[in-house]
Amino acid sequence: MTDLTSFTIAAARDRLAKNEFTALELTDAHLKAMEKAKGLNAFITTTAEVARTRAKASDARLQTGTAGALEGIPIGIKDLFCTEGVQTTAGSHILEGFKPPYESTVSQKLRDAGAVMLGKLNMDEFAMGSSNGTSYFGPVKNPWKARSRPPDSEAGDLVPGGSSGGSAAAVAAHLVLGATGTDTGGSIRQPASFCGIVGVKPTYGRCSRWGIVAFASSLDQAGPMTRTVRDAAIMLKAMCGHDPKDSTSAPLAVPDFEAALGKGVKGLRIGIPKEYRPDGLNADVALLWDAGVQWLKDAGATPVEISLPHTKSALPTYYIVAPAEASSNLARYDGLRFGQRDRTMGNSLDEMYAKTRAAGFGAEVKRRILIGTYVLSAGYYDAYYVKAQKVRALIAKDFTDAFSKVDAILTPTAPTAAFGLHGKQDDPIAMYLNDVFTVPASLAGIPGASVPAGLNNDGLPLGLQVLTKRWDEETMFRVCQVLEDAARFPTLKVAP
Amino acid sequence: MSYVIKGDTADWEVVIGLEVHAQVIAKAKLFSGASADFGAGPNTQVSFIDAGMPGMLPVINGYCVEQAVRTGLGLKAKINQRSVFARKNYFYADMPQGYQISQCDMPIVGEGTVYLDMPDGMTRAIGIERLHLEQDAGKSIHDMHVTKSMIDLNRSGVALMEIVSKPDLRSPEEAGLYLKKLRSILRYLRTCDGNMEEGSMRCDANVSVRPVGSNELRTRCEIKNLNSVRFVAQAIEHEAKRHVDVYESGGKIEQETRLYDANKGETRPMRSKEFAHDYRYFPDPDLLPLEFDDAFVAKIKATLPELPDDKKARFIANYGLSAYDAGVLVADQDSAVYFEAVAKGRDAKVANNWVSSNVFAVLNARNVPITECPVSAQHLGRLLDLISDNTLSTRMAKDVFELMIETGKDPGSIVEERGLKQITDTGAIEAAVDAIIAQNADKVAQYRAGKVQIMGWFVGQVMKATQGNASPALCSDLLTKKLAP
Repeated sequence: MTDLTSFTIAAARDRLAKNEFTALELTDAHLKAMEKAKGLNAFITTTAEVARTRAKASDARLQTGTAGALEGIPIGIKDLFCTEGVQTTAGSHILEGFKPPYESTVSQKLRDAGAVMLGKLNMDEFAMGSSNGTSYFGPVKNPWKARSRPPDSEAGDLVPGGSSGGSAAAVAAHLVLGATGTDTGGSIRQPASFCGIVGVKPTYGRCSRWGIVAFASSLDQAGPMTRTVRDAAIMLKAMCGHDPKDSTSAPLAVPDFEAALGKGVKGLRIGIPKEYRPDGLNADVALLWDAGVQWLKDAGATPVEISLPHTKSALPTYYIVAPAEASSNLARYDGLRFGQRDRTMGNSLDEMYAKTRAAGFGAEVKRRILIGTYVLSAGYYDAYYVKAQKVRALIAKDFTDAFSKVDAILTPTAPTAAFGLHGKQDDPIAMYLNDVFTVPASLAGIPGASVPAGLNNDGLPLGLQVLTKRWDEETMFRVCQVLEDAARFPTLKVAP
Repeated sequence: MSYVIKGDTADWEVVIGLEVHAQVIAKAKLFSGASADFGAGPNTQVSFIDAGMPGMLPVINGYCVEQAVRTGLGLKAKINQRSVFARKNYFYADMPQGYQISQCDMPIVGEGTVYLDMPDGMTRAIGIERLHLEQDAGKSIHDMHVTKSMIDLNRSGVALMEIVSKPDLRSPEEAGLYLKKLRSILRYLRTCDGNMEEGSMRCDANVSVRPVGSNELRTRCEIKNLNSVRFVAQAIEHEAKRHVDVYESGGKIEQETRLYDANKGETRPMRSKEFAHDYRYFPDPDLLPLEFDDAFVAKIKATLPELPDDKKARFIANYGLSAYDAGVLVADQDSAVYFEAVAKGRDAKVANNWVSSNVFAVLNARNVPITECPVSAQHLGRLLDLISDNTLSTRMAKDVFELMIETGKDPGSIVEERGLKQITDTGAIEAAVDAIIAQNADKVAQYRAGKVQIMGWFVGQVMKATQGNASPALCSDLLTKKLAP
């Protein structure tokens, strides 16, 4: 019998429907793989019992013909999504032990579609990071190894990217068929690129943010992380839709993203932004980008050079807006009602806050709270926050202007491939540069996807990013699938 | 009524602006579906949103928006069809989110006017700066446990309207009148119940002083959480005197937040400027800007009741009441309704006299609202009818009114049961008059000699003889006729 962890969501769905195997068998195979891959540290919490119970329920529905779109499909949930009765930490000590009495809208929708949650995936603390190195629960290892590095040594360990590093690693290592991620400035797309999988950040407002621990509310957006473009389309459809509990969720009908696949790119105009090719762009990344342009051309699309003039301001803008919102969003972690509290006797309420937050938050979270508090302070607000909002509007206008000329934009997802896990990671600016290609789309609220497009000369995955205008995920999926077909990306060989 | 504080160096006037927090009458909270009722057990009306749980998001309660617009219309204010909710960031144990959702730069309601009904019958316009919607915090209770503070989040998230006046008030009395008028308008609109004791209406006063004749605005102090009209007036009086004393002794007033201690009759600093919070306001990214169209406002406008100022004008015009009397009647909507029910088809001035003196006296004595008055408007109306058809004399009517208060009965039944009918039968009264004249030859002689003022004595004797049931008017008529020399 074929290894049950080798299937895509689409393939597993069809075979479950044909009774070739049961949901329970599928779940057990993945639980076994998770056990073997513990060393990756992809999960913060595993929920084997919950998973087996739900898999059995899925089998019952499969038998009675009441199966949902993801019936019996084993998935992982990023630990930023609140899951009823299951510990939800956001990768932070301050939420350790917190079991929400409610289920996030997105994870509830996946449950309703029949997906089986195997556990909660590791991530950068409060989604702040690009290497998964800020997690209180330890770093995640990228299942990919570089040719130039000794595979079974510390030097061989690579980061999976972040913040959805656990999600990317688990999908790449075949521990789950798909996983949820969240993307604030690139947290789905960059780890997808690092781990050689597909990651989709839909339009801001497509997925409900209700029940997702907030990082930066005007940027946070959930999305699927899968091994194929089709799987991402299937999973996104189950995740999104209007939610009256989230005022920023769009009251729009959900398109059938899977139906958009296979339409090709013939006649589409593909924008190639010149600002994304700075001096000193990594040669492998540049080569692959050129290859991507050629693939789309071969499929009948027309590449068009475009300009997104405010690109260089995107990163500084992001690092004002996101920390500002975070500094306020994270105020609720005060040790009073849930999560960890410093129990050493303080003399005042303020002291209790200070001790609890000092002990509960990691260094990167503290850094961003400080930055955010600073940029919102009296006397600085206009110079930083207000100005950043104006620049953000200009960046969004860049894209609006571009999409009057082109149907989609193609760029690299990240400036490099995965880097060493144990190397120097103490320069925050260098870390922030990981998101230089993903942040502009986040600020503009437009959809973006990363498709694995090839390997660099060290054998590590590189992704290409496809951007389209707001609410046009269908064109994005079409372009992604053409790239996927052309790239013939080598699936990671997982040791049996 | 100019209010001047006499100092050694100058005469000072006081400049006052009030910020009123009015709890919106609504079933649910501003951003959650939890009940907004007062008086439930601690922490029984708290949603996950109100408790600031991770991942929870606010959703605006449309009814609270209607209520704010309704109030804005009642204050004759500019309605802003686009407003923005902002976060006011600070840490406190009874504020679970770590910020209060409020409105900063773009409030839902802009400038308006409240007209004060001055005791001399004049009106005075007080500017409204703005009205904005915001969430209330929870309640901290520090005296239930030796080392712990208790938190009740029932109030957390309840909708408040913060109504800010311009610094147009010039005396503690005006501040009191402003609060009463504002409360009257809110109650007419049914947008806030105005109960200061229950905390559903709270007031902060901004106070400064300046030499009479000056137009400068000097440093102000904000006195927080004043929970009665009386305390507002007292606190302003004390604070203004303190400012004058400081200036006159060559000192400087620091801008600060102060609390009023009603027992000691003084204000004292709560926190000074150096510990002032930096609230780091910024637009709440969880909420879209609040937008509505003309039709939304027009629909609310169509449901507005007749407001106190219009009602007062109508009472003056239609019932011939004085501005003062009309002002007293319309201050409370139920009183105005009561009055109109009594006055309908009757002499309005008589009706006003009965309502404003007799009925209000009963309400004050019993401390009940007019809706719980033991004498209904219908019954009082019938009592006035019994006077006008001469069944009862005014004096008898007062006795009947006392019985109506005690029994709640219809005046007609009381008159029947007690046989209290005024004697209007000339024959019966004439007999009594004749008897009195016959028995009191000396008094008759005195009267006829010119001591006409003893007429009252004669009337009293006739009334006594008829057990008070004689029509006083008939008595005097007959006596005058028969005593004529």
